[in-house]
Amino acid sequence: MSGYASGVLAQLAINIVIAYSVFLPAAAGLLNLGAAGFVLIGGYAAGALTAKLGAPLAVAIPAAGLAAGAIAFLVSFPILRTRGVYMVLATFAFAEVVGGILLNIPALGGAAGLSVSAYAGLPLVLGVTAAVVAFVAWLLATRLGLAMRAVHDDENVALLFGCHLRLVQVAAFTLGGALGGVGGALLVHQFNFIDVQTTGIVFSIFVLLYVLMGGTQTAWGPIAGALFFTLVPEGLRRVAELAPALKFLEGSRYIVFGAAVVLVMMWRPEGLVTRTLMDRFYGFFVRRNHA
Amino acid sequence: MLEFENVSKSFGGLKVIDQVSFTVRRGSRTALIGPNGAGKTTLFNLISGVYPLDAGAINLEGEDIAAMAPRLRIARGIARSFQNVRLMPHLSTVENVMLGEHWRASPLALAQGRRAAQAARAALDAAGLSDYPGQVVSNLPYGVQKRIEVVRALAAKPKLLLLDEPAAGLNPAEGEALGVLLERASAGGITLLVVEHNMHFVRRLCDRVVVLNFGRKLFEGTPDEVHRDPAVREAYLGVAA
Repeated sequence: MSGYASGVLAQLAINIVIAYSVFLPAAAGLLNLGAAGFVLIGGYAAGALTAKLGAPLAVAIPAAGLAAGAIAFLVSFPILRTRGVYMVLATFAFAEVVGGILLNIPALGGAAGLSVSAYAGLPLVLGVTAAVVAFVAWLLATRLGLAMRAVHDDENVALLFGCHLRLVQVAAFTLGGALGGVGGALLVHQFNFIDVQTTGIVFSIFVLLYVLMGGTQTAWGPIAGALFFTLVPEGLRRVAELAPALKFLEGSRYIVFGAAVVLVMMWRPEGLVTRTLMDRFYGFFVRRNHA
Repeated sequence: MLEFENVSKSFGGLKVIDQVSFTVRRGSRTALIGPNGAGKTTLFNLISGVYPLDAGAINLEGEDIAAMAPRLRIARGIARSFQNVRLMPHLSTVENVMLGEHWRASPLALAQGRRAAQAARAALDAAGLSDYPGQVVSNLPYGVQKRIEVVRALAAKPKLLLLDEPAAGLNPAEGEALGVLLERASAGGITLLVVEHNMHFVRRLCDRVVVLNFGRKLFEGTPDEVHRDPAVREAYLGVAA
């Protein structure tokens, strides 16, 4: 595999992990625009562990998940007091606070960012990603997952059927934060670098869009969204390189990409992958098998 | 089984429920009827804990549940359906029914665990709804969704089942199937409290009728007595021409 292809693949895998960090709260009806905050916590925690303390990746990656999960647990209580657009603002503010704190810790590089020498290669990145996908698929199949999806659809009725609303929301937010930390740990060790500037609000917006575009109803949604967001801009760049007539795409590919996002949202407002789509998909094969 | 003692509830200056007292006997099939705005659904919301009452007490098997957290009431045996379908639109039929017995499951039990899904499927089969097990409910016909709601509430294995206009919007065949389902539930020992405008349905199913009007109890008796009572006829059924 060429270096370019494996680079894109690693980026895609990391994007999927981080997309799941926003997907878990979203599946329970919580909008999280603070993905960057948890990625920064995980990235800096893991980076500090390997670069400053010489810890192996096998320790640093889970530790990053635990650290980000612990912080997510703590901030979930004030954040869950807010609703809708105010929750979006609260999570955004949380990520800004994390970035601000990290910028002011000289030991972690400050504004210059944190460089690490330990390297997470493609097999490790893909392995962790596969484990994360399997974990989310398992979680959605559990009673907790059922409660999350029920709370997403109608929290008042879920409450009357005995769902512990607060517990479900805190769990979804905390587990999401932990996955963000794992994603950050992969990110810093894949690129050997992390900084606050490139992991800011635009980053959080993109991650939230992966999830909303992909769909919050099934575990496939974030994969579809991350694929779309990672491959469409890369594809447009390749097209611009290969076809001189389409050279203009090099500079304007984000205009085309933005238009594609708008079109997808108009065409599939509940995301690319919905339960209804999966129904049709399964139904197609079941009918085929009967025939 | 369920006793209302001088229950009152106001929204702003409007007294929606005004000093209502009556008793739902164990194993009875009680209908709660009255004109629109009489407070029937409000009374249901007070029982299930959607909002607190202002005064009075609601006793379930001798225990005042007025202050109990809504989440815990299902474990005390109260389950309900809703006037407008409130199934989880993005869950499948089976998952919606599994939500009914959710309060008894441990949080990390696999929801798709064979036994839970099989039980839900069997409950749907018994209700004549075996055609749509894996489908997302938002795509199903209204009459089917309405009956799935009843199956979901029954899956909670309640002692007291609150049904808010279960027959509204059903065609005659669906109404008949619902009646059979509820009679079977009643025979199984579940107490029914039903808000319903369809008097034919009420007379067929219920053995007791409580009439509310403007938040007050107007009458209580058997379906035949209610039918004969002049005050009820005037308030609700219409004066005979």
